[in-house]
Amino acid sequence: MAHALELHDVHIAVGGRALIDHLDLVVSPGTVTTVMGESGAGKSSLLAFLCGTLSPAFAASGRVVAGGVDVSADPPERRRIGILFQDDLLFPHMSVGQNLAFGLPRSIDDWRTRSRLIADGLAEVGLAGFGDRDPATLSGGQRARVAVIRVMLSQPRALLLDEPFSKLDAATKGRFRPFVFDHVRKRSIPTLLVTHDPQDALAAAGPVIHLGSIDGAPA
Amino acid sequence: MVRRTLALALGAVAWLAGTAHAQPENWSAILEKARGQTVFFNAWGGDDRINTYVAWAGEQVKTRFGVTVQQVKLTDTAEAVARVLAEKSAGRSVGGSVDLIWINGENFAAMKRNGLLQPSWTHVLPNYRFVDTEGKPTTLFDFTIPVEGQEAPWGMAQVVFMYDTAQVREPPRTMVALSAWAKANPGRLTYPQPPNFLGTTFLKQALIELAVDPKRLAEPAGEDAEKVLAPLWPYLDQLHPVLWRGGRAFPANGPQQRRLMGDNEVDIAISFNPSEASSAIANKELPDTVRTFVLEGGTIGNTSFVAIPFNAKAREGAMVLADFLLSPEAQARKQDPRVWGGPTVLALDKLMAADRQRFVDLPLGVATLPPDRLGRVLPEPHPTWVERLEKEWQRRYATR
Amino acid sequence: MAAPVRDALNPARMLRFFPAATLVFLLGPILAGLLGTALPAFGFLPALGGEQLSLRPWEQLFATPGLATSIRLSLTTGLITTALALAIVVLFAAAWHGTAVFRWAQRLLSPLLSVPHVAVALGFAFLLIPSGWLMRMFSPWATGYTRPPDYVLVQDPAGISLILGLVIKEVPYLFLMVMAALAQVDAERYRTVARTFGYGPMVAWLKAVFPRIYPQIRLPIFAVLAYGVSVVDVAMILGPTVPPPLSVQLMQWFNDADLAYRFVASAGALLQFGLVIGAIAIWCFAERLVAYVGRRWIDAGSRGRSDGAIRAAAVIALAIAFIAILFSMAAMALWSVAERWRFPDAMPSVLTAANWLERTPDLWAIALTTLVIAVIAAIVATILVVGNLELETRRPEKIAQRSLWLLYVPLIVPQIAFLFGAQILLVWASLDGGLLAVVWGHFLFVLPYVFLSLADPYRSWDVRFARTALCLGASPRRVLFAVKLPMLLRAVLVAFAVGFAVSVAQYLPTLFAGAGRVSTLTTEAVALSAGGDRRLIGVYAFLQMALPFLAFVVAAAVPAWMFRRRRDLQVTT
Repeated sequence: MAHALELHDVHIAVGGRALIDHLDLVVSPGTVTTVMGESGAGKSSLLAFLCGTLSPAFAASGRVVAGGVDVSADPPERRRIGILFQDDLLFPHMSVGQNLAFGLPRSIDDWRTRSRLIADGLAEVGLAGFGDRDPATLSGGQRARVAVIRVMLSQPRALLLDEPFSKLDAATKGRFRPFVFDHVRKRSIPTLLVTHDPQDALAAAGPVIHLGSIDGAPA
Repeated sequence: MVRRTLALALGAVAWLAGTAHAQPENWSAILEKARGQTVFFNAWGGDDRINTYVAWAGEQVKTRFGVTVQQVKLTDTAEAVARVLAEKSAGRSVGGSVDLIWINGENFAAMKRNGLLQPSWTHVLPNYRFVDTEGKPTTLFDFTIPVEGQEAPWGMAQVVFMYDTAQVREPPRTMVALSAWAKANPGRLTYPQPPNFLGTTFLKQALIELAVDPKRLAEPAGEDAEKVLAPLWPYLDQLHPVLWRGGRAFPANGPQQRRLMGDNEVDIAISFNPSEASSAIANKELPDTVRTFVLEGGTIGNTSFVAIPFNAKAREGAMVLADFLLSPEAQARKQDPRVWGGPTVLALDKLMAADRQRFVDLPLGVATLPPDRLGRVLPEPHPTWVERLEKEWQRRYATR
Repeated sequence: MAAPVRDALNPARMLRFFPAATLVFLLGPILAGLLGTALPAFGFLPALGGEQLSLRPWEQLFATPGLATSIRLSLTTGLITTALALAIVVLFAAAWHGTAVFRWAQRLLSPLLSVPHVAVALGFAFLLIPSGWLMRMFSPWATGYTRPPDYVLVQDPAGISLILGLVIKEVPYLFLMVMAALAQVDAERYRTVARTFGYGPMVAWLKAVFPRIYPQIRLPIFAVLAYGVSVVDVAMILGPTVPPPLSVQLMQWFNDADLAYRFVASAGALLQFGLVIGAIAIWCFAERLVAYVGRRWIDAGSRGRSDGAIRAAAVIALAIAFIAILFSMAAMALWSVAERWRFPDAMPSVLTAANWLERTPDLWAIALTTLVIAVIAAIVATILVVGNLELETRRPEKIAQRSLWLLYVPLIVPQIAFLFGAQILLVWASLDGGLLAVVWGHFLFVLPYVFLSLADPYRSWDVRFARTALCLGASPRRVLFAVKLPMLLRAVLVAFAVGFAVSVAQYLPTLFAGAGRVSTLTTEAVALSAGGDRRLIGVYAFLQMALPFLAFVVAAAVPAWMFRRRRDLQVTT
């Protein structure tokens, strides 16, 4: 049932300089592969490429397969590759529940099923009854968990994490990191983590790729 | 005098000739065609009382003849002239946007010269026969230009001066005396800045009194213009330093000058409407101590008209409105100082008794001179003088 | 067959036509109008018998007595107004940015911005004249005057009252532009860094922040400059008359009964265009001078820690500008309910509602026309601006930064230089005199301001929200309508309100495109200002201020109500 996230011969360059040099990678379902590198090494560009939101200023080639489908030519919204940034990016004009509903696929069109999924999702992360709350009234840790549930409810074929823990304080980070990895494993989602924190890579307990050393820059 | 009579006669002949060539038009056919039309009446909109009067006339014409009237409120009549010109430039010879213009003097002269007006049409109006063409020759000669039926008379105007009796005990009776009064009361007199028509009229009024041969002004300005105008400049050179703001600023037009009087900034103001003071007192714009005086040698008078552009869309409707504006009923209401206070163009002795009574019953107004004390009416100079006056005035006083 | 049709109607594809449509609507008529002015300037206007090209209009123009003074007045008015307004705003921002005083000034901004120029000019004139409100407040008990003194305080030959009147109106506008620029450059941190090096707060701001925001406010400054050089309506109220600035002289020529003046007027209109370009050139030269001196000043490293006097002067200058507008508004409001108010009474002696009630049907019809035109023009402009900005975020390579200049064309080309020509175009197309033509005429000036107002918030919106939404499976259209526009609702509505206010204030475009048949509050106010009855001017000027103010109130209230339970979308300033 679960499929891997596959990158075939992915190459990204800007202004003639190669950021990602012909990368081949398979991320198995339920595992977390970590990509490490200095600022400007092309980590974020790689994620944007996988999402389909890479600026046309970059020259990019290669194939992306997610959920067993080649999504290389699809627009972002059809790829079903979810992403989490270091900021939770909850939509400030929506309630917590509306944020989650935004992530739910439209194919689930029964109103009662949708409400149940949202309520279950909140309960699962210890935020039962928070559906009507204004996201701005939540703590940083609570918001981060809502963001995770939101992306999970969208039933992604793969998940990308763009330094999602870097803005959290040490205590919250300590609780939140295993929380995310548990969810990924439980739902068998292939996950790519981008970070410059070696602790993150250790916690992810998966393969680690170093970027940036390829054209002579220090790794 | 002889020359003037001759000019009158020639003008009349020319006008009659024009009439003879015009298509005879049936008034009832015009009324028929006018029904349902919308007339865009382009009229200066700076006076609320006049706008209210125009709105009233529009309602009357709507209920009686089914003609809708919409006033296009102009800041300057020349705006409408410009619009007709723009339409001619664009080749629109029918369906124009201006149906009727309130006009006289140089605006009329310019439109007539450029062929922007409907040719002879006023003789068709049933009420035209009441016009006092004998007693008020300016209804046939607009600033000495023969009207030739291209505009219908609407109202009379005569220069008067308003003064505040709380400040001025004995008003001056000549332009020279006015200058002397200004010298004794510096900063309390001004006049609208030429080329505003009222300001130019102030210059003309002074020129008529000062000119060596005032009759020369009835003819077009020519080679001798400089000599004819010469006596005016020393007069103004002496007057300006003792004017309001030392002659370094002027009100833009008559109403602004009136506002200065209301603000107690000046004590004497020129006006083209003998009952302006009464109306402004009733309207609380001027204190009730204001009265009116005229000059010993007489003051300039003229007629204002309504004209139809060559490409008017609602030509028949415009004619119906022009005729209504000439009716004894509308003219009497116009002359009522509580409404507007604009003197009529009609000859009372041509009217039926009942209509004549409408005028007799009108109150005079607290600050208005009775007709027998308004003094002699002087004719407007030929319009060619206007440009000479304005240009030279600008060169001398509007540049530093 | 169906697929291509659906494809063509696909919003993403329709979006592509937005820049082209915007330019055609905007620049086409202006270029045509300029041509329609240029031909008569060289003697060509067949309707008046001008059928051959000649230089006679120019000879006549340069033979006009007082022309040199008129030109000098236009230039000095524009340059001094712009320099003074900019100095006040920059010094104020330098001295008070990040303080409670600054936030207080920010809060006052919307109501002040919404007041049309003409209303400010009318009120300001009444404030300042020797028989005006200021003098009335202090007479006769303090001044001893029972009759107003005879000083040339308004319409002075040097144009000082005109400059002051323009400055008080431009200060809020430039202040808004500076605020928008500040939001882009993280000014607080730069200044903090500079202060840690021992610079006084004001000098720190001038040296570390100002050089970074100036490029962003440069185009708005040019717009202010061009406006000052070529303004007509305000100059008619506050400007000198012996002689007037060139723009007013042109208006008189265009309106002269002697139609032959049309040729000179057209040549003058081109000269006016040249003056604007010349003024901008002078400004650019001054920019270099200031930049050179400024760099030396920065390099010298003076710390400027005792700036108390300048700080005080800056806040006083800004306060005077703001208070002058507020008092101008109050004066007009009072006149609208006055029956009699004579010198030296500080307040009207008799109050009445008659000024409002007796004209009600007419008044409301005109207010409604004004409202309809402004709403349509502002909505169309807002949609086009959102479309262009959205396209820009999706295909940044398609829209060059240079094209921003084109948006400013209507603000920099003097209205009088192309409106007469554009009028002929409208007549030729039989479009003149209708609401549609007026809406178009307003749109030319509404669009740039809407763009100016919306561009910064739109561009600085965090695109990661869009990426997150896309990756959650939302289509670009859903991202736009369900995420982006709701989050930007306040900015969009403020831009709409700015456009609305710009439309309400238009005088010449209404006059020319409407063939005089379309009356708005502004055309009525200017027409009445010729008539002189302040009570009626008060009524119209007051409504003229009230409509845009209401638009700003709506722009603030709608998001505040919709997001009353969303703390992150509350206004914090």
